[in-house]
Amino acid sequence: MNRLLLAAASLGALALAAAPAHADRIKFDFWYGNTGAIAEVVQKHCDLFNASQDKYEAVCTGQGGYDKAEQNTIAAYRANQQPAIVQIYDAGTVNFMLSGAIVPAVQFAKDHGINVDWDSYFGGIKNYYATSKGEMWSFPYNSSTAMFYWNKDAWAKIGKTEAPKTWSEYAADLKALKAAGVSCGLALDYDTWTGLEQFSAANDLPIASMNNGYDGLGAELLFNKTAFVDHMKDYKAWLDAGYAELHTEQTGKDIDQAFADGTCASIFESIADFRNFKKTATGFNWGVAMLPLLDGKERKNTLVGGASLWVMKGKTDQEYEAAAAFLNYVTAPGTGQKYIVENTGYIPVRADGLELLNQEGFYQKPENAGRELAIASLTASNGTPVTRGIRLGNYTSIRKALKSELEAAFAGQKDVQVAIDDAVKNGNEILRRYEQTFQGAQLP
Amino acid sequence: MTRHAAFTNIWLATLLVLPQLLLVFVFFYWPTAEALYWAFTLEQPFGGSNQWVGLLNFTTVFRDPKYWNSVTVSVIFALATTALILAVSLGLALLVDRRLPGHQIYSFGYFIPYAMAAPAAGLAFRFIFSPNAGFVAAINTWFPNLWNPATDGVDAMILIILCQAWKSIGYSFVFFLAALQSIPRPLLEASAMDGAGILRRMRDVQVPLVMPTLFFLIIINLTDSFVDSFGIVDITTHGGPARATDLMVYKIYFDGFKAQDYSLAAAESIVLMVLVVGLTFIQFRYIERRVHYT
Repeated sequence: MNRLLLAAASLGALALAAAPAHADRIKFDFWYGNTGAIAEVVQKHCDLFNASQDKYEAVCTGQGGYDKAEQNTIAAYRANQQPAIVQIYDAGTVNFMLSGAIVPAVQFAKDHGINVDWDSYFGGIKNYYATSKGEMWSFPYNSSTAMFYWNKDAWAKIGKTEAPKTWSEYAADLKALKAAGVSCGLALDYDTWTGLEQFSAANDLPIASMNNGYDGLGAELLFNKTAFVDHMKDYKAWLDAGYAELHTEQTGKDIDQAFADGTCASIFESIADFRNFKKTATGFNWGVAMLPLLDGKERKNTLVGGASLWVMKGKTDQEYEAAAAFLNYVTAPGTGQKYIVENTGYIPVRADGLELLNQEGFYQKPENAGRELAIASLTASNGTPVTRGIRLGNYTSIRKALKSELEAAFAGQKDVQVAIDDAVKNGNEILRRYEQTFQGAQLP
Repeated sequence: MTRHAAFTNIWLATLLVLPQLLLVFVFFYWPTAEALYWAFTLEQPFGGSNQWVGLLNFTTVFRDPKYWNSVTVSVIFALATTALILAVSLGLALLVDRRLPGHQIYSFGYFIPYAMAAPAAGLAFRFIFSPNAGFVAAINTWFPNLWNPATDGVDAMILIILCQAWKSIGYSFVFFLAALQSIPRPLLEASAMDGAGILRRMRDVQVPLVMPTLFFLIIINLTDSFVDSFGIVDITTHGGPARATDLMVYKIYFDGFKAQDYSLAAAESIVLMVLVVGLTFIQFRYIERRVHYT
């Protein structure tokens, strides 16, 4: 008898535990690619959304990396198991635009009553996620751009209190730093995001024909004929002279660690890492500045990094209703942009977010000094034909091709010009193959 | 009474074999068929249209110098790891087979690395062999820039060869040990009586008698180096520097998953499969038949 009672009681307890706390909520899936500390921030964003109302529930799942988020979404879409919303990085934009698997952001906002002033997105951000007609197809979520991080104590040794404004000034600084006993002035890896893309944008240099691919899939790479080649020759010369050092995972510490522990006096890195450095680079004074410019150039906007939120096709109306509420929540100035900016190094994506942060004096606080420069860098111009972004198919492979060639060039196996020519030749083959795969498809 | 054991009830036999067949079908034949189809088409990442292009993917693969680099690198890697694995594991097995005190501990210890996941081994090797921070960094303090797998392709290759060999030695070791232990003791005792020393017995009696195992392990290790080296490369070198460790299987992964060029990756994996099937064929057709005791 007792045993029966016990069994009944435990069954009852089980049933209680198994019953969902909010059985009547409408659930939808959101997949994100961030990892580490930023993944926790995203996960908490979901919790906040779920706690803010009792109609909808976001089921948020980290995919263990931006590239994995894209791969998994593609696999899931083919099996008709896709999430309602997915966070996709800048390099995946073309694939998603051509996929036929998404609901464009403008369309989704109109259908589900999300009130968005599309023009309030900062130009550098808007252009990247917009079609050639200027319609945004995804919702920018976590946006960054490249900055120059410099060790002020090291620069003080050469009597300077300002970050270099031009590349020639920077080259002179590196030489002086070496002479002043700073063993490594610049930590480099083979990153093409800062080296090629951001450098080219700030100086208004093309990366590919047809306005970096915005005008069609027939674009050809051009960066072997621009000042980028000389820029890489400078990198090589600095490495050879001992002004700069290579730091990658394989050498023991990456460039972030090399900067944070004081090994190297400067790096080019995303503003997203600003808050990490506040925690890790505590042994010296440091600051951020906009990327140096080539002599005689006028500054143009740099490109947006980070990721945006895409709405996938094939979900129910209920799920879309829930997804719309979520998108509203995470893009709003207070619950969305301010939350992201305060908890990460990213920047607000719209004027309303920036306004709110300014009202609260966010950028006046000493611990945030310099972060406003990222916005200044992204909005330095309103998007010239070649600073809107990069719209090239299979851009991941092109980045890898260039990286491999730079590895050969920096190791002295190849001349820098020859290496970059080879990367362009290889990259153009990749582009032609992509064009053929999407035969007849038109970039929106 | 039938003389050999066989199922008379064919249906029962089928039923018993079915789960295994199903697994093989779902995880091997089906994906292979799909890959074969993709290899002759241009497949868009999200599906959608899919056009027949005949041999285009294969000509693209074979015309690409990067692919031939990848083949060369894979062959070097396979030969070097196989030679290293066989030499070390045979040596260890010969020593353990002498049954000195504590030999069980050794045979257990040598096998453990095989149970380790490739990424874990890769991560450990990356740290140990890192040029600035690892244990091996000491070399660079005596001879500056002698060891740097991050920039030197040869060093990177040595790193992944060592890692793969370290991981696989246990497997070959177990086979060698079993083969050695199945050699009839009287043979060894007789040669000892005839005055053959330890080394002489190893060279003239034991090693010739484990030849079938040796050839089996050559094939297994070669195949393994071609298809099972992805985890190590992905953690330690990412195929770099300058594609010096861009093994065929890693290139397939990059082209297929990172670059989402499914058709190219499918064509590459068909080529790799043909290679592995060829190796297996050689094993069954020639080596198994020709190498025997006597």
